[in-house]
Amino acid sequence: MADEEQKSAEQSQVPAEPPAPLLEPLLREQFGEAVLAYIRFRGQRCATIALSALLDVCRWLKAEQGFTYLADVIAVDYPKRDKRFQMVYQLFCVERAERLRLKVDVAEGESVPSVSGIWSGAAWPERECFDLMGIVFSGHPDLRRILLPEEATGHPLRKDYPLRGRERFADEDLGYKVERGGGER
Amino acid sequence: MVLETMVLNVGPQHPSTHGVLRVVVELEGERIRRCIPDIGYLHRGIEKLMEHKTYHQCLPLTDRLDYLAGPSNNLGFVLAVETLLGVSAPPRAQAVRVIMAELARIASHLFWLGTHAHDLGAMTPLFYAFRERERVMDLFEMAGGSRLFPCYFRIGGLAADLPEGFAEIARAFAAEVPARTLDYERLLTENPIWLARTKGVGRVSIDEVLDWGWSGPLARASGLAWDIRRSNPYCGYEQYTFEIPLGEEGDTFDRYRVRIEEIRQSAGIIIQALDQLPGGPVNVLDPKVSLPPKPRVYRDIEALIQHFLIIEEGIKVPKGEVYVAIESPKGEMGFYIVSDGGSKPYRVKNRAPSFINLQALPKLAEGRLLSDLIALIGTIDIVLADVDR
Repeated sequence: MADEEQKSAEQSQVPAEPPAPLLEPLLREQFGEAVLAYIRFRGQRCATIALSALLDVCRWLKAEQGFTYLADVIAVDYPKRDKRFQMVYQLFCVERAERLRLKVDVAEGESVPSVSGIWSGAAWPERECFDLMGIVFSGHPDLRRILLPEEATGHPLRKDYPLRGRERFADEDLGYKVERGGGER
Repeated sequence: MVLETMVLNVGPQHPSTHGVLRVVVELEGERIRRCIPDIGYLHRGIEKLMEHKTYHQCLPLTDRLDYLAGPSNNLGFVLAVETLLGVSAPPRAQAVRVIMAELARIASHLFWLGTHAHDLGAMTPLFYAFRERERVMDLFEMAGGSRLFPCYFRIGGLAADLPEGFAEIARAFAAEVPARTLDYERLLTENPIWLARTKGVGRVSIDEVLDWGWSGPLARASGLAWDIRRSNPYCGYEQYTFEIPLGEEGDTFDRYRVRIEEIRQSAGIIIQALDQLPGGPVNVLDPKVSLPPKPRVYRDIEALIQHFLIIEEGIKVPKGEVYVAIESPKGEMGFYIVSDGGSKPYRVKNRAPSFINLQALPKLAEGRLLSDLIALIGTIDIVLADVDR
């Protein structure tokens, strides 16, 4: 019983990346100090690069390394860090069935170059990052809110935005008092 | 003479947008000059909610993403959490998950077929497709208690083993699917009206597919032989034999053919999974991850504590981040989960195929007729809950 359990825990039901020993040295050779970190965790690869090198790295990965498919553009809020936001790009190479995660740290107020010139499918995910996290993308063809209405203020996915939202209507307009807040759950 | 264009709203209340989608179109007669989708009417803040819920509490939220294929979304999330935890569900649970995921694929494609055909004027396929879909809903209800949102998977396995009688009913259903799909094809595939409305509409090349981030049947209809179940298999998919249908032209007609064939292939996978269904537990035997069996909870203090901790505090997931993607009926559905070591996710991002796929609508629709817009919205196969989350 223990053996089966051991075996089933070891063989991952989600495949690890195929061993591609070449990508990290190639990346470091090409971009040197712009490659800030390269981590392998749970069979996945993740490279952290400097914001200034983002477009060059993306172009190189697409043109030279076959990462022609951008799965997603994600923004994460780490308010306690020096650079508050982290942009995450999920790339995929169809030929080798390889995934790569690219991360860039962005300070509050810093704008991120849009990669929609490299993969046009990045346009809407970047709009979503702008809408919900407030990250500004330079060179984006159509940077405006996408999920929230135009007149919305604030960026709800930020950690300092309350879960229950902020008051939108004054109690006087409603005609009765509304209890807001009340805890996280 | 001055050329005047007219700006109209298609939606957000419109029977053919299949949900709350608003498309602002600038029309010159019947021709679309500009097309601007406006989404967000169904945004519920699922990602924000998940940051305040334990991983198990997040599961019912995932059901409500692509609600036409509930188990599929559950699967993606559960696999992502298990990858972070470094555990694998036992083989029996994986096989059952495959069965549920393929049933979800059939249900989603049937719904798509009925509504897409109905949009283009063919009303009969809707009733046929929904008749089959009812049987899938019955199976979901048997296993998970609910038709659309069974929430049958748990982290580390399943909520419970398959109920008695499930395998026979599922097998009988899967055996009939090929004949039923022929019925649908007899109505549409050689129908001159269908061909006129779909052939050559929205032709997409492989380069465009990759550039736009299209995946799933959309990509395969253009000829890109990529199916995540084949390229990066999960949940034991490598054990099953199935074909990957491909199209050539990448037009609406090819997307239709690809999805019909996928229904047949899914039925084949279900039968193989039922034939090969291994015995054994349906939950990983890790006390920090799986709930103990209820009889033990009532008699054994250790099991009681284990149950209490898992429910009250949640499963503690090690610090780290993963991105796990599965082949959902709409395309690549991925979950990017960042854990800070606690029992609630720090950040969850759902890579929603419908959101990414819908992006291309203006490029497809501009220059075409308004009636083609309806065909294009249908062929991209969106679920607004998936678009907006």
